[in-house]
Amino acid sequence: MNKTSSVAGAPKQMTFRRSKTRLSDKIIPILLGMCALLSVVTTIGIVYTLLQESIIFFKEVPVWSFLTGTTWSPILPPKEFGVLPLLGGTLLITGIAILFAVPIGLACAIYLNEYAPARVRGVVKPVLEVLAGVPTIVYGYFALEAVTPFLQKIFPDMGIFNALSAGIVVGVMVLPMISSLSEDAMRAVPKTLRHGAYALGATRFEVALKIVLPAALSGVVSSFVLAFSRAIGETMIVTVAAGATPQLTLNPLESIQTMTSYIVQVSMGDVPRGTIEYGTIFAVGLTLFVITFLLNILAQWVARRFREEY
Amino acid sequence: MERLNLGDSKRINRRRISDQTLHMIFLACTSIGILVLMALIGTIVMDGIHRLSPDLFTNYPSRIADRAGLKSPIVGTIYLLLLMAPLSFILGVGAAIFLEEYAGRSRWVRLIQLNISTLAGVPSIIYGILGLAIFVRGMNLGRSLLSGVLTMTLLVLPIIIVAAQEALRAVPKNRRDASYALGATKWQTVSKSVLPSAMPGIMTGVILALSRAIGETAPLIMIGALTYVAFLPENLLDSFTVMPIQIFNWISRPSEAFHELAASGIILLLIMLFIMNIAAVWIRNKYSKNI
Repeated sequence: MNKTSSVAGAPKQMTFRRSKTRLSDKIIPILLGMCALLSVVTTIGIVYTLLQESIIFFKEVPVWSFLTGTTWSPILPPKEFGVLPLLGGTLLITGIAILFAVPIGLACAIYLNEYAPARVRGVVKPVLEVLAGVPTIVYGYFALEAVTPFLQKIFPDMGIFNALSAGIVVGVMVLPMISSLSEDAMRAVPKTLRHGAYALGATRFEVALKIVLPAALSGVVSSFVLAFSRAIGETMIVTVAAGATPQLTLNPLESIQTMTSYIVQVSMGDVPRGTIEYGTIFAVGLTLFVITFLLNILAQWVARRFREEY
Repeated sequence: MERLNLGDSKRINRRRISDQTLHMIFLACTSIGILVLMALIGTIVMDGIHRLSPDLFTNYPSRIADRAGLKSPIVGTIYLLLLMAPLSFILGVGAAIFLEEYAGRSRWVRLIQLNISTLAGVPSIIYGILGLAIFVRGMNLGRSLLSGVLTMTLLVLPIIIVAAQEALRAVPKNRRDASYALGATKWQTVSKSVLPSAMPGIMTGVILALSRAIGETAPLIMIGALTYVAFLPENLLDSFTVMPIQIFNWISRPSEAFHELAASGIILLLIMLFIMNIAAVWIRNKYSKNI
């Protein structure tokens, strides 16, 4: 009697438990899916807010004159809204950064991959990780207080705010990105290729330059593009060290203004919504977003399209 | 076989020399990174060390350099961190679990995945613009702590999702099989077997993402985190400030005394980041062998 009741009770309990778990197995995927969808909502939110306010702005300032105008003077009359000075400033900074970071980053990746003994790697890699984790405001301080005074000894007529110092420090900031992504790409090149070249009597440099680098080229180039995109979006270093003079110049010793530092400058004052100054934040932001977005897509495309499969 | 003739041995010599020279050049380039880091830390410590005092923790920001402190920025940064941590953890890990364990490999999932990696490359200032338009103005949350928390959560989510996905992917498949073989449902398997063994990796990723967030300045300037906050935020809708913003304010002043204060603030910020990074590495090393 006792036995039968317990046997009869067991299945009952089990069905109860199973229905409970079935419920959780239905609801939980939906909740988790909503978390994943949040990223899509974020993207839509970014595109929507940038477009919405930009459209209002472009009703007052024609798109064409925004894109081709060579004077940026949004606050002082006569107001002019030509984005080229900001774009030029951004590209000057980015150009300097890339000129600094690409050769050094690549040399660093080759050294770590082909030459460095394990103990040296063990020191250098964490240092590069630390460099990658330094907040950009700290780099900004470093540019203003250490790099600029140092460069002023070489170029005595250079002002406190200049593109060169900011550009070099932006280069330092993207250096770990180039070296670690390039190193990953080189690491993925099969050992047999290297051994084959060594067996033919190649030196380490020849192996690095003629075997490993071509085989890893897609990853290396995509790391350059990503670094380029990161340098374009960098804000605090240029805000602190490059000044706030929107002008079209190729002279790195002069003060310039980038798209990002303009956005910061405007939003530090309390800009009322609906004014044209408020609109410039979004129009410049949209330009910045489109450029970095295209570069990021380009980097992914390069990495995939030109990958050598072994 | 013939002996090597003179031309060949010369060429081999030349190749050897070029290999040696380039070795040196590569080594020099690599050491630039280390030298810059040393110069950076050296500059900051020399400028800021004598301003480090208990006053920094107890005084509010001030127009007078000798009285200025970091009390409200330090508290603001800690509040931001404590509020962001659970929110970004739940949302980020939730999304990662969905993508790794539930979603399969359909076209939509690949699109979400592409979207996440694209979001990770969006400049942080764009998130600031988003926060300004949606949270500060759109939802009328104002220039508040809550706006800051929500903006920064969106900023770190892509990083956390990618890190959590990697951690989940590293869990061996036979753990899942064993759990199913015992009759566990999908959610039981994920929550009681997969997630616990992926947790160290996830925690490391989350801490690193948060440490990036507390160093961010630009997005919080956009949503208007103030610099003269002479009180501590008491609820989510109070205005606030954080350490990087106060440091930025001090750097922008012409007076040398404020630059020294900025350097001392940077020392504190770097110490905080250093502790978080050590914690992340410690968790990774301590628990990574147990999988």
